[in-house]
Amino acid sequence: MDTIIIKDLTKKYKELTAVDGLNFSIKHGEVFGLLGPNGAGKTTTLMMLSTLLKPTSGTATVNGFDVVKEPEKVRNTIGMVFQDPSSDEILTAYENLKLHALLYNLSSKEIDKKIDAALSVVDLKDRKNDLVKTYSGGMRRRMEIARGLLHEPKIFFLDEPTIGLDPQTRGRIWEYIRSLAVKTGMTIILTTHYMEEADMLCDRVAIIDNGKIAALDSPKNLENGLGGDIVLLKGRKIDIEAVRKLAFVKGVEEQGAYVQVAVEESGKHLQELLRVAGDVESVQAHSPDLNDVFLHYTGREIRQEEGSSTDRLRYMAGSKNK
Amino acid sequence: MNFIKNLKGIYAIWYREFIVFTRERTRVISSLFMPLIWYFIFGGGMSSVASVGADYHYFIFPGFLVMMVIFSSLFNGAYIVWDKKIDFLKEVLIAPLSRTTIFFGKVAGCMTDALLQATILLIAGIIIKIPFTPVSVLLTIIMLFFLAAGLVSMGLIIGSFMDRPEEYGMISSVIVYPMFLLSGALYPLDKLPLWLQILTRLDPASYAVDGLRSAILGTSAMPYLPNLGVILGFDIVLVVTGTWAFNRMKL
Repeated sequence: MDTIIIKDLTKKYKELTAVDGLNFSIKHGEVFGLLGPNGAGKTTTLMMLSTLLKPTSGTATVNGFDVVKEPEKVRNTIGMVFQDPSSDEILTAYENLKLHALLYNLSSKEIDKKIDAALSVVDLKDRKNDLVKTYSGGMRRRMEIARGLLHEPKIFFLDEPTIGLDPQTRGRIWEYIRSLAVKTGMTIILTTHYMEEADMLCDRVAIIDNGKIAALDSPKNLENGLGGDIVLLKGRKIDIEAVRKLAFVKGVEEQGAYVQVAVEESGKHLQELLRVAGDVESVQAHSPDLNDVFLHYTGREIRQEEGSSTDRLRYMAGSKNK
Repeated sequence: MNFIKNLKGIYAIWYREFIVFTRERTRVISSLFMPLIWYFIFGGGMSSVASVGADYHYFIFPGFLVMMVIFSSLFNGAYIVWDKKIDFLKEVLIAPLSRTTIFFGKVAGCMTDALLQATILLIAGIIIKIPFTPVSVLLTIIMLFFLAAGLVSMGLIIGSFMDRPEEYGMISSVIVYPMFLLSGALYPLDKLPLWLQILTRLDPASYAVDGLRSAILGTSAMPYLPNLGVILGFDIVLVVTGTWAFNRMKL
């Protein structure tokens, strides 16, 4: 059963088309990832699905409600963790969650019990009466995850859930998300520009670039779809045409000084490949990951280092994501 | 059920505003400081030259109650631009409530701040022997309540249209000070040159000042009720505009 059905969803700003006619569905109970570089249109898509942004054209149904015609009903059944911190740091975690409970009309008798339960899941129960401004970035993210789950939504949106966090904290957030999917069977939609995150968490991934879907499938299928292992050859004088003609070569892509070759059973065919290629300075072979898939579909890599350092700065500055 | 849900939503937003208010004591204390400085230093200086019948100190006191409400209401309302900046507003807007409910929650929260500050000043006034009676205290609170409702709405409208918090500081020179100086807080309204009289009559705060003078001192250009009527009209226009502004507000 499809929980979210997206039809021709489009968002245009003056000259820029941020989201360009998306069409896809998300199944009940799946963990779905929108993978793409900064500015690809992931956040804009999420904002439209959560009714915070009106589409320029097209629409989507979320839990059976139309995001344009019945926004309040849509909002009643979803939870969201935003990319930038959206809690009030002059309030304690308890107060932030209480505010949330009141906004979602939870019964007053249950509020305190539910807050305690939600905060213990993310290991913050003993810090619940501390002001949020005393929290680390990771604690704050965990608190906001707990808050987003307080009203037991059917669909949970996470916008870049681990952006700006250190690797250890990132691992912990992944554990929470995975156990959440297993325990509750909730539909989870997350955006990310980290390949491993999409690989680790998602049942299906949509690769989004320039506001369009470039590919959509499970990470395994996307990787297998490349047709074999990835061999990266370095050298300026590689005979690309000869390589392309080899029967076991499924794809060739030039990347500056590198040539990326998709090879069936690379262990067996590597020697012949090197012989045909000619002047090769160095060689690397690995089984394909989402990085290769991304490169294949968009013709470029997500530049992780650059991305994460600017994201971290933005996260610390607390400024808006535009 | 829908009514209860909306009422709870208003309470939720009020709850947050109130906690923030109690935590930001320096802001509260410093905001009380300004009218008191004006009252003692400016009032003290001016009483040597002014001749407005009653003691000048008494004469300007109602104006400072209004000043307190102008400053606090407009600044608190427009503070919503910071909620946008820190993304807190997203958390509120994604809740299953209408924008109208959220607007009323903000109005309730900001009004509470403004009225609590005005009440502290009112108590200070009673202590320094401004001739209050129980009836005039009640009329003062009613007038300030409705003035705050309109001004908070005005602040929220301005804040909802602003994109950058840097613009927040402009409110002070473009709106708050002109509104205070034209309110007649510092001078009687009926002896002004015509151009100034017209400008003061365009300032809603001038009706609140005049109404309070009528209630507290018994000297005013217009009686209390017509003044209150003007303020109520001002409220209706701003609340309607505010609801509209919130419904069109983009993140």
